[in-house]
Amino acid sequence: MSLTRWGLKKSPWVYHVALSPCNNCDIEILDVLTPRFDVERFGIKLVGSPRHADALLVSGSINRHVLPRFKELYKQTAKPCVVFGIGSCALSMTMFRDGYSCVGPLDEVVREIDPNAIIAYVPGCPPKPEAIILGVVKALQAL
Amino acid sequence: MVVTSIIHIVTFLVIVLGILVLGLLTSWVDRKVTARVQARVGPPWFQPVADILKLLGKETLVPETSARAVFLLAPLFGLAGVALAAGLLGHVLLWPDVGFLGDVVVLVYLLIIPALAVIIGASASGNPIAAVGASREMKLVLGYELPSLIVIATIIYKSGFDLRLGQIMNGQMTAGWNLWSISGIIGFFVLLLSTQAKLGLVPFDVPEAEQEIMGGTITEYSGPPLAMIKISKIMLMAIMPLFMIVLLLGGVHFKGLSVIWSILKYVVIIVLIVLIRNTNPRVRIDQAVKFFWGPMTVLALAGLILAIWGL
Repeated sequence: MSLTRWGLKKSPWVYHVALSPCNNCDIEILDVLTPRFDVERFGIKLVGSPRHADALLVSGSINRHVLPRFKELYKQTAKPCVVFGIGSCALSMTMFRDGYSCVGPLDEVVREIDPNAIIAYVPGCPPKPEAIILGVVKALQAL
Repeated sequence: MVVTSIIHIVTFLVIVLGILVLGLLTSWVDRKVTARVQARVGPPWFQPVADILKLLGKETLVPETSARAVFLLAPLFGLAGVALAAGLLGHVLLWPDVGFLGDVVVLVYLLIIPALAVIIGASASGNPIAAVGASREMKLVLGYELPSLIVIATIIYKSGFDLRLGQIMNGQMTAGWNLWSISGIIGFFVLLLSTQAKLGLVPFDVPEAEQEIMGGTITEYSGPPLAMIKISKIMLMAIMPLFMIVLLLGGVHFKGLSVIWSILKYVVIIVLIVLIRNTNPRVRIDQAVKFFWGPMTVLALAGLILAIWGL
């Protein structure tokens, strides 16, 4: 295992991307970042710019309005990066599957831009903060 | 001739690496203490190392609208300035008698370079947010340099106009610390707050305010250039307390029990910086400049006048 890969596992900086969610998953993501769950234990830090990010926390079923922004944002992120789909909407679009405005799910959208993207999912509607931490840690161990 | 220059280069590299290790340790202590203050567990001891290694392995993205060469060279320029400052200061600490006349002035100049590099890099990146950050950084540098320069002038006056850092340090062994006088205490207070601004820590982290301008000056940086900026920040975090110790607290010594005494001085300054950082909200840029050009400059000038009176 190379040193830089070890560094990536030990200090994933996350950037929060809300792609037309219903805000439940966002609230849970913000919960993860509070002192109660203290993700700095794993080196996880919230950053303000996608240039610094190693992981994109994506929530919501992606609609036509945010799609070009998300594509741009993914290109602006420094590789290697991991895309996390937080919640069932990003995973399978649930009841918005047949919606006229929705273009998701997340993996198809991301694969369209970058076929080799690393994508991980945390299912739940919304997932508990503990589940998000478990998902992120497991995905990083598999890296 | 060749052999001595090789020895000099190796010594310089060893000193710079030593300061880097000290800085990594300090920045971990800073993050850990911050976490404990907020009732969290905090990161493991290797966290700063992991951050740097990760950034070195990432892709470097250059924005289309940026001035490419300047954008990529600015972090290198800043790192070079900090490394030179580290070498100079470390050399003074190890061999106080071998300094040259005016090395305190050179050190003051070298310590401005990282801020200058950040301003140049941010302006070259072609990002409006980075431009806001650069303008704030410029105002902040103008703000804190004035009082801290007056304090350094006070200390040079107290040491009998000796411009050698080693002499300023050794003079305090016979005459007592510069801190033990009214002007010394004022100088320590002013220098501590200027250090806070120089290190870019809360209350004076306006140029990088993550929550309002998304990293400000460093918004467009990624990968190795960002790692260089972080390394300069980390090294500065070790250099500034050591500089304060040399100027006001009798310097660092490595003989016998004085090692423990030196470490204690360093830890006290770090604890003060971390506590100020954790107990204050961020100020606006106009408040910061008013604070440094108003009360801080008046205090520093009062300190200078008191020093001339012999207090």
